[in-house]
Amino acid sequence: MKQTLIALVEDKPGVLNRVASLFRRRNFNIESLAVGHSETPGISRMTIVTDEEEALRRNVVRQNLLKLINVIEVDDVTDQPVVVRETALIKVRADATKRAEIMNITDIYRARIVDVATESLIVEITGDADKIASMADMLRPFGIIEMARTGALAMTRGVVTPRDPASYAKYAAKVGQ
Amino acid sequence: MAEIKTGAEIVMECLIREGVEVVFGYPGGANLPIYDAFNFYPQLRHVLTRHEQGATHAADGYARVTGKVGVAMATSGPGATNMVTGIATAKMDSSPIVCITGQVATTAIGGDAFQETDVTGVTLPVTKHNYLVTDVRDLAYTIKEAFYIARTGRPGPVLIDIPKDVQNDSCEFVYPEDPIDLPGYHPADRATEEQVARALELINSAKKPVILAGHGVLQSGATQEVLKMAEKGGIPIACTLLGLGGIPASHPLNLGMMGMHGEAAANHAIQNADLLLAFGMRFDDRVTGKLATYSPNSKKIHIDIDASELNKNVRVDVAINADLRVVLEQFNGDVEAVDRAEWLGTIRDWQEDSSQRDILNTDDGIFRAAQAIFDLWKFSKDNNPVIVSDVGQHQMLEAQYFKHEKPHTLITSGGLGTMGFSLPAAIGARFGAPETQEVWVVVGDGSIQMTITELMTAVQENLNINICIINNGYLGMVRQWQQLFYDERYAETPILSPDYVKLAEAYGMQGLRVSRREDTLDALKKARAHRGPSLIEFVVEQHDMVYPMVPAGADLHEMIRRPTA
Repeated sequence: MKQTLIALVEDKPGVLNRVASLFRRRNFNIESLAVGHSETPGISRMTIVTDEEEALRRNVVRQNLLKLINVIEVDDVTDQPVVVRETALIKVRADATKRAEIMNITDIYRARIVDVATESLIVEITGDADKIASMADMLRPFGIIEMARTGALAMTRGVVTPRDPASYAKYAAKVGQ
Repeated sequence: MAEIKTGAEIVMECLIREGVEVVFGYPGGANLPIYDAFNFYPQLRHVLTRHEQGATHAADGYARVTGKVGVAMATSGPGATNMVTGIATAKMDSSPIVCITGQVATTAIGGDAFQETDVTGVTLPVTKHNYLVTDVRDLAYTIKEAFYIARTGRPGPVLIDIPKDVQNDSCEFVYPEDPIDLPGYHPADRATEEQVARALELINSAKKPVILAGHGVLQSGATQEVLKMAEKGGIPIACTLLGLGGIPASHPLNLGMMGMHGEAAANHAIQNADLLLAFGMRFDDRVTGKLATYSPNSKKIHIDIDASELNKNVRVDVAINADLRVVLEQFNGDVEAVDRAEWLGTIRDWQEDSSQRDILNTDDGIFRAAQAIFDLWKFSKDNNPVIVSDVGQHQMLEAQYFKHEKPHTLITSGGLGTMGFSLPAAIGARFGAPETQEVWVVVGDGSIQMTITELMTAVQENLNINICIINNGYLGMVRQWQQLFYDERYAETPILSPDYVKLAEAYGMQGLRVSRREDTLDALKKARAHRGPSLIEFVVEQHDMVYPMVPAGADLHEMIRRPTA
């Protein structure tokens, strides 16, 4: 069972380093970390997946993340209803004789083939970690040449968001400068 | 049209607007423009320390005495890395300082230029926050933000790294008058009504409560509120090392210091309590002993400005993230007067046992460190002086035998335990304390030799500080552990000293030596009468131990006690 934290941070140089440093100091392994823009300009959203099962220790990290000046909000969504998605690109060895079989698997997983070459093709799949692992297992016999994963993105279900957008929207202009 | 100013001038303008009176620092290649600007801002006094570590400790000492932000400056590379120990010291003890470092030009950053170090990277884990300013137009706002972050919430060190070209660049200078408002930084304020109600219920029903008074009592200015609660409820108070002075030592409810070398009565009270009221302290391992057996039968209320301290080391029943003084004002009207005479009587019995074991009872003609410190207290106490102690046996003896009556009269490196802290911190304290308040340094022969270079700073500035070196010829606290836990194998703890009297004279200060207790008073009088710095070497018994002692990892009540004679 992986643990998932969502952090909203100011989009400034060095913030990723500050966040990662707190995990490093406590010797927490980061399974995946996905960073990108949020709905508010100047504010980035991080989804951090760790293997720390003890909620108390996670809370210490959460509190310490909140202590960082550039960190606006941190939510531990491990025990909340969330949608978790990850995208993977998988380059598979495939000549003309194997393509149909791989396309069949791709359909079953509702994945897409996004590049075809004479000896290989690239499959794009989006889903939770289990789905991606399962598809990778199916493709492995053909020969996986490369795999790239985005890391998990998480969002709580329904209108319950980890924070009230109004509470930080006023900063958007300033931090965007 | 606003005035055009250089980055260096903007630094000066902003420091003045923050109310800075004195800057401790050291010039170098990458901060030359800032140093040049000092020529044009004579209202900013600069004190040249002899090492950048000294500058940070001096800023720290100034901050701890005044409650204002201390300022230290250094150049890039080695200048900045020399600051790291001082910054880490300030971080651990929540001391508000702003460090301004020069950096190589923005065009050279990342290219391993001469005297280049990634200073924001190096200091990231030991600062509350840090900045690399790459545009002169960001400078004024950044400096204002840095001071705000340093002094608010849980105070701490903030570093601003300014590349040389940014110091030279110019822009319109408009001081940001709006209050700082950051999206991710909102210092805590009040407790909720529910928290107050739950806490009051525990307080009013407790039979054996103890208040644990930490540094937060001093930093939030909550002395009167804590005393009001303690007096009304008949609740005894134990202090952390940095909490000393927050509660007058002579107050009948004050049990003195808790923890590894704390008063036995305070530790017994904590272990037997049914309620702990932890006020602005963080359950450091030096005050809890073994966590599994720490105060096993008590409910716990923890009030701290830093949410990350709550439930970190000790699980508590009521955790309140707020300003201590504000919370106590919320509480105090409803704390009931409860008769706790039985509990206080039990504690008095423990105190009686301790006073019989006091080393001051021994009268064998041997001159002891504890006597020197006790005599310094008797001599100087009416002045309520600032005592700046260093780290080691003398630090613990000072905490035990110097009775601090007022807040901010003990300055010491508690959390990080930085040897060499005291002399430079005293230089800063001297600038912060009123002229009539004396500043005394209590330092060991090991600690003084770590930053003895700052003697010359005290001489150059002609500072009235009196340095008491407690010389036992050993790194005494390490030797104590070797004696107790390493079968008296004294690896590298015997330490030689220079002739301190000659050294003092070479530096141009008064030097005195005391080898017999009966000469103590005379030396202290001479130090007091002398204008400028004085140094007194107290040559004391070499093998004294600091008791009581809770061995590392032992239960708090499992103290090694001084054998009764």
